[in-house]
Amino acid sequence: MLFRRSAKSEPAAAPEPRGFLARLRDRLAKTKSALLTPLRALAGRRVDEDLLEEIEEILLQADVGVATAHALIDEVRASAEARHVETAEGLIPLFQEAMRARLRHREAHWSDRPEKPFVILVAGVNGVGKTTSIGKIAQWLRGEGNSVMLVAGDTFRAAAIEQLEIWGQRTGSEVVKQAHGADPGSVCYDALVKAQAQQTDVVLIDTAGRLHTKTNLMEELKKVVRVIQKVLPGAPHETLLVLDATTGQNALQQAKIFHDAVPLTGLVLTKLDGTAKGGMVLGIGDTLDVPIALIGVGEGPEDLRPFHADQFVDALFAAEEP
Amino acid sequence: MFDALGEKLDGVFRRLRGQGTITEKNIREAMREIRLALLEADVNFKVVKKFTQDVTEKAVGAEVIRGVNPGQQIVKIVHDELVEMMGGKGEALDIKPDKVNAIVLFGLQGSGKTTFAAKLAKRLRKQGRRVMLAACDRQRPAAIKQLETLGGQIDVPVFAAPGQSDPVAIAAAALEEADHQSMNVLIIDTAGRLHVDSELMTQLARLKAKVKPAHSLLVADAMTGQDAVNVAEAFHTRIGIDGVCLSKLDGDARGGAALSIRAVTGQPIRFASVGEKLDDLEEFHADRMAQRILGMGDVLSLVEKAQETIDIEKAAKMQEKLLKAEIDLQDFLEQMQQVKKMGSMKDILGMIPGIGRQIRQVNVGDGELHRVEAIIQSMTPQERQWPHLLDGSRRRRVARGAGVDVAEVNALLKQFEGMKKMMKGMMGLGLGKGGKRKQRRALAGLKPGMVPPGMFPPGMMPPGLG
Repeated sequence: MLFRRSAKSEPAAAPEPRGFLARLRDRLAKTKSALLTPLRALAGRRVDEDLLEEIEEILLQADVGVATAHALIDEVRASAEARHVETAEGLIPLFQEAMRARLRHREAHWSDRPEKPFVILVAGVNGVGKTTSIGKIAQWLRGEGNSVMLVAGDTFRAAAIEQLEIWGQRTGSEVVKQAHGADPGSVCYDALVKAQAQQTDVVLIDTAGRLHTKTNLMEELKKVVRVIQKVLPGAPHETLLVLDATTGQNALQQAKIFHDAVPLTGLVLTKLDGTAKGGMVLGIGDTLDVPIALIGVGEGPEDLRPFHADQFVDALFAAEEP
Repeated sequence: MFDALGEKLDGVFRRLRGQGTITEKNIREAMREIRLALLEADVNFKVVKKFTQDVTEKAVGAEVIRGVNPGQQIVKIVHDELVEMMGGKGEALDIKPDKVNAIVLFGLQGSGKTTFAAKLAKRLRKQGRRVMLAACDRQRPAAIKQLETLGGQIDVPVFAAPGQSDPVAIAAAALEEADHQSMNVLIIDTAGRLHVDSELMTQLARLKAKVKPAHSLLVADAMTGQDAVNVAEAFHTRIGIDGVCLSKLDGDARGGAALSIRAVTGQPIRFASVGEKLDDLEEFHADRMAQRILGMGDVLSLVEKAQETIDIEKAAKMQEKLLKAEIDLQDFLEQMQQVKKMGSMKDILGMIPGIGRQIRQVNVGDGELHRVEAIIQSMTPQERQWPHLLDGSRRRRVARGAGVDVAEVNALLKQFEGMKKMMKGMMGLGLGKGGKRKQRRALAGLKPGMVPPGMFPPGMMPPGLG
């Protein structure tokens, strides 16, 4: 894996197994009802400002956010005029187009991993699914035959280390840990020295959940990165921020502040199943230039997957199967 | 895009203020802003709609039009309406003596159930209850261990039943055990589940039917977006909830979810979880939450904290000085030390009306305060009183003494001068009209006596915040 921004001309990465698209569609079922169903209900209406206002409301309900909703509507209004689209149903493809265009910039692609060990740091606020995502990524990497080390950098939360250890057992990954309450920087140091010595393929570093508003904890995260750089200049090769898709507009704030603290290379959007929407995905690109690396649509390890704009938008607008 | 709701409303109200009366037209403009602002605060769209309708109705009512200051009246209506929608003060749990009162906690993954379980246990224990925790989360790896560890920290027994996998059976066994040990409260922690996962929702319904809890509490993340409504509604219809705990309120989310959840379930928000420590649990106060959503700051919490720690006599003296803009660096230092006693700088600043929002953009490490303290403490009493004495050589000495750069000393002095100027300006202009008493009240916050006199007037910020 992973996570280099593709050149614009590069075709999308290898197609995902069919099952995933179906699952994505299925899991975004709620999104479907939040976006497509109400849009369809407007069918037959003429395009005017009242209609656009109603559409704005539909978008807002999908957590798209006020600013992004306005931007989308402006785009669609312009292209509707240019193409003489006059009815509500004609707007749907225009919205799909506008969303795809926005999201395509946000794709990240699998890339080679020249560096060894390849270090991935995973951060985020409390309860977004950092450890679970790490477990899933590990499972996946192990499946591809990599040696994987999990680093228990969350030394704060009760039983966080144990949780990671269980993932270590499940995936056959080595777990490097210290005692509860230990300095996370020190844990990382030990782990990386070891990983370097034994030439581990990928090192996944778990960190404690921290609200982006807590300055001291953000400083701690910066320190972790400094320690990592000390052992392995150029590392971490990926710094992923895990975002909970149920989060509303605060997700943008989280992304912004984490990005300021430790430059992010990718976002992981978890819990997209069940949540209405993940509409805030559309707005993230306006706030910061970080690709969406992975999305999680279910509990299974195969449900954490690279993000593809077209797939995502298709799933959002998928017609209901009879 | 992240402008404070309060600031936005303020802009609208300022426009209204100039107009004397509220017309259909200008109220509509105000409501538009309110609507957008609430949406940005993640209040559910349908809830926003109803809210703005209600407020509009009340605002165009006769009692408002009669008013001389429509802006203020609308602020009050908006605030009152928010408070009303979120329900008054968080209702206390109803715990019967001489029996086991089961409390089931549930919610989405990562909403903070296990942490809340421990916090609640600690709180109830402090009230003298005999509390037991039951670990019924069999999904997430190490969830049991987490609860056991937390239980150990607060000295509350945890019923873990290792090896068993059926949460319903475990809950039932825990209830029996709690009864056997004459416990008064059994807090049941369950696995995080999606509200659309019908299998797990059924399991939860069975669990509830089996243990017949005294309370069923939904734990919800304060950062939740529009989906808060669907989540709350699903849990309420499928399981039935009689209370909500809002978690992660120590972040900078506006907490619009509070409004949404309350609106769709009609159930009270009973607790606010505000930190990672097990003491960081507060009763929910709708008025405070309304103020927070409106960006008015959490004045009441601030007052409470202040009352516990502020030396009233000193504060009164300080107020006199402030009114005359005669404050010197020694006063500044004392103020800061008083404030420090109240807790982390950031928490406190966040509670102050008008500045809560800005603070979140800025780093307010307590370390910074510490440096300011060190700088002032490296000055002689004379220098503190007459900062203009500090020439280049003295400043270098101070910097060495405090272990900082001269630039930092300069910045502090500049900031302090600016603050004094601002205070003078404030006294002279904006607040001048109402005479001394009004000035004092304006300084003191919203109502007479609410904020201890002399507490952090606007502009009195540590360096880096101004």
